[in-house]
Amino acid sequence: MSDENREKLHLLTVNNLTVEYWARRGRIRAVEDVSFSLDKGETLGVVGESGSGKSTLGLSLIHLVPYPGRIVNGTILLEGQDVLKLGKEKTRDLRGRRISYVFQDPMTSLNPVERIDSHFVELIRTHEPKITKAEAVTRAKKLFKDVGIQPERIDDYPHQLSGGMRQRVMIALALALDPSIVIADEPTTALDVIVQAKILDLLKTLQDRYGMALILITHDLSIVLERSDKIIVMYAGRIVERAPSSTLYAQTLHPYSQGLLKSIPNIELAEQKLTAIGGSPPDLLHPPTACRFWPRCPYVMEICKIKEPPLFETSSDHLVRCYLHGGEKAS
Amino acid sequence: MLPARGRKSKLNESEIVRVEHLKKYFPVEKGFLERLLTRTRKFVKAVDDVSFSILKGEVFTLAGESGCGKSTTGKLIVRLMPPTSGKIYFNQTDITRLQREQLRIIRRKLQIIFQDPYASLNPRMKIGQAVGHPLEIHGLAKGAEEKQRVNEILQRVGLTPPEQFTNLYPYQISGGQRQRVAMARSLILDPEFIVADEPVSMIDVSLRTTIIDLMLDLRRDLDLTYLFITHDLAIAKYISDRIAIMYLGKIVEMGEKHEVFSNPLHPYTQALMSAIPVPNPERKRTAVELKGEVSSAIDIPRGCRFNPRCPYAEDRCKVEPELTAVKPGHLVACYRTEN
Amino acid sequence: MLSSILPGLSTLAKRGLAGWLIIIGAILVVVIVVMTAISPWIVPYNPTEIPSSPKILAPPSTQHFFGTNDLGQDLFSRVLSGGGVMLQVSILSVIVCLAIGVPLGLFASYAGGAADRVVGLVMDSIYAFPGLVLAIAIAAMLGRGVVNMALSIAVVYIPSYFRVIRSQVLSIKEMSYIEAANAVGAKNRTILTRYILPNIVPSIVVVATVNFADAILTAAGLTFIGLGVSVTIPDWGQDLTSGQRLLTSGAWWAITFPGIMIILLALGFTLMGEGLSELLNPRLEQ
Repeated sequence: MSDENREKLHLLTVNNLTVEYWARRGRIRAVEDVSFSLDKGETLGVVGESGSGKSTLGLSLIHLVPYPGRIVNGTILLEGQDVLKLGKEKTRDLRGRRISYVFQDPMTSLNPVERIDSHFVELIRTHEPKITKAEAVTRAKKLFKDVGIQPERIDDYPHQLSGGMRQRVMIALALALDPSIVIADEPTTALDVIVQAKILDLLKTLQDRYGMALILITHDLSIVLERSDKIIVMYAGRIVERAPSSTLYAQTLHPYSQGLLKSIPNIELAEQKLTAIGGSPPDLLHPPTACRFWPRCPYVMEICKIKEPPLFETSSDHLVRCYLHGGEKAS
Repeated sequence: MLPARGRKSKLNESEIVRVEHLKKYFPVEKGFLERLLTRTRKFVKAVDDVSFSILKGEVFTLAGESGCGKSTTGKLIVRLMPPTSGKIYFNQTDITRLQREQLRIIRRKLQIIFQDPYASLNPRMKIGQAVGHPLEIHGLAKGAEEKQRVNEILQRVGLTPPEQFTNLYPYQISGGQRQRVAMARSLILDPEFIVADEPVSMIDVSLRTTIIDLMLDLRRDLDLTYLFITHDLAIAKYISDRIAIMYLGKIVEMGEKHEVFSNPLHPYTQALMSAIPVPNPERKRTAVELKGEVSSAIDIPRGCRFNPRCPYAEDRCKVEPELTAVKPGHLVACYRTEN
Repeated sequence: MLSSILPGLSTLAKRGLAGWLIIIGAILVVVIVVMTAISPWIVPYNPTEIPSSPKILAPPSTQHFFGTNDLGQDLFSRVLSGGGVMLQVSILSVIVCLAIGVPLGLFASYAGGAADRVVGLVMDSIYAFPGLVLAIAIAAMLGRGVVNMALSIAVVYIPSYFRVIRSQVLSIKEMSYIEAANAVGAKNRTILTRYILPNIVPSIVVVATVNFADAILTAAGLTFIGLGVSVTIPDWGQDLTSGQRLLTSGAWWAITFPGIMIILLALGFTLMGEGLSELLNPRLEQ
């Protein structure tokens, strides 16, 4: 099968995506050379800490990188069509309808002076102008049922709802137009752990019901290990490891992924020895030359400081950006 | 790893902090018209009758979700605000109503570390000044001697060489480093007891253990006792000796860490534990389903405050259960555990 | 001193537009200050003396660059030395505002409760008056002179300081580092002076620069209606007033040059204030 055909098979294919920010002090490569694919019904976990570029990556997928950021390279193919090449109208149509985005902070993502129903009516009618207000509200109420909010709440203002409910409203809005992909950016950071679990369960249920793909962007490795089909680990804008979750758990190959896994407490283990990753998060203005992680890597070799490792494929679907697992092993 | 705890002493002398029936109610601001028309005053009952004691040398954790009153309790203990009622004892001395000079003296022994490393340091004070200022405030050291003690304490918290840091401003160092500076500042007065209010929740995940392990080392080296406040039960399990779970201003379960985590008895504790994500794709989640949401602290449900959400709620839950010992050292506020 | 100014300037310039605003504004102000200061030595004619054989209302020429007024006085000399009053008034008013407004704002908003409410009410009442009108009323009560002008301007401006300080203090009061200072036993006095005050200095500076600019224009206004200084002191405000009368005689130069100087001085301070405000706020966004 030709590459082109293979690419058409995936719901979403991202190739060599690079995003830069021009800050006063210089140029920052927030995302560099990122490639991955996503299929219908799949859950992809994008995990990384500060400076990893995961949020920028999410925003790029709906072509919404804020100024002074710019996508400088790469393609984002949604069902074969390059998102980045769509005109203004089509891009607007894309957002919310084909790919929707659940933003991080439910507190500030809703318009405080508009009732919830207006949010839905506005959204639905922007994309489907023929729908009447009543029809839009009916659809919204059905979505409320799906996300577990009483339909009467649709007349409330955002401040009358709790944080968990607001997040559920955001999810309902994200689903209103039946998108193929939902991107959830840190969907749980602002929430308590019980609500967190409920929201994530909800996303899974809706996925099963509607067949959409889900991209979970988070710093919480536990969440992605538990709930995604495959995982991308990001560090300083690069993908350092990519694998199905069970594979990643069984064979955590990249020293950063290993470090991350070893630093998070696991509540199911009786006794645990945690180790932190030494050093500090990367300075994106002056990133380390060659491998971005080498100053903090316990296994650093000479070559790591000279040339950045490419992504090596250790088994089908398991990629690692590390000389320990491929390529020139100079001492 | 955590050092072996040794025998738990039941003598009063080993109690470093004790709170009894601590309450903190915040009056709700009412609009002008509302004040005219209604008589009742509404309160946010942030802390609603909390009692526990902390033993010397232990890490006692207050855990719970946001709004449960854990932070407020911590701040009450270090007298950052006065309690509405109740008593606070430090080394058997009643410090509840201490004022001015006496309070300032006590402050040297009780310190607090805050959650936000970006907000807990004065942006206009250099690190050296910020850390040394407590010494000046209490007239303990000045000039060269102050500098020396600052350097010592910075080294202790892992900021070496200290001279590299003393002349920097907070914005020039990272979040993790700022948190260490905050620790240095609270340690310079040689305290015995430290309240750590979510000290790592705003720090990168992979760096949290450095701070936690540092805290544990300092406990050993400097003879400290911690009240650790967190919403992250996984971290709580890692660091605590004993733990108390709070809900809507009350403690619902309390006990030795291993006991509570392996045998959670209160339905809320069970729900909490089952909700925590585990870094394991194979894990089968047995979620305890809770109805509804956390009630507001202004309108606390009658009876057991958890009963609107409890999957096991029964008639007798209309009366608020007391925190009672189910076995020595493990207390629960729930009728189901009574035999 | 120059060696420390130049690196400072280049840092400012690097800050982009904001830095340039400050530089240009500062240059304007400095030039005018210096010019006024050295005016006794560089004036071609005595600005206050009425010449015995006056050349009345002479248009600008090589002898009189800015022409003469109706008393025959050389306007160029008067312009060179006329900034003094304005500068004194504005500096004095800023000093009074700082001395009264800052402590008032700090104490009232930190203390909160009744003190805050009462002082706030007073400040709001003053603030509600149109500035110039109130200044006129106060100056009319106090009389003429630099000090009185400064005082009336100060009274009008103190509420602005109070407001800015209050909003800053209220937000800083809630920050953890204030709680931390309390926790280590700092007295309120210490917290105000070492923790709160240093953090509100930037906003105070911005208000002060706006205060300067406003003071200059208000001083001109007060002089215009006769509440300024005595006629003998060379003063742009004075010249503006008399120049306005002379317009009908076609002597456009009598009002124009002092007017331009007033604008330039006010502009200088305004630019500095804008630049400073730009500088100090974006950092918060970052």
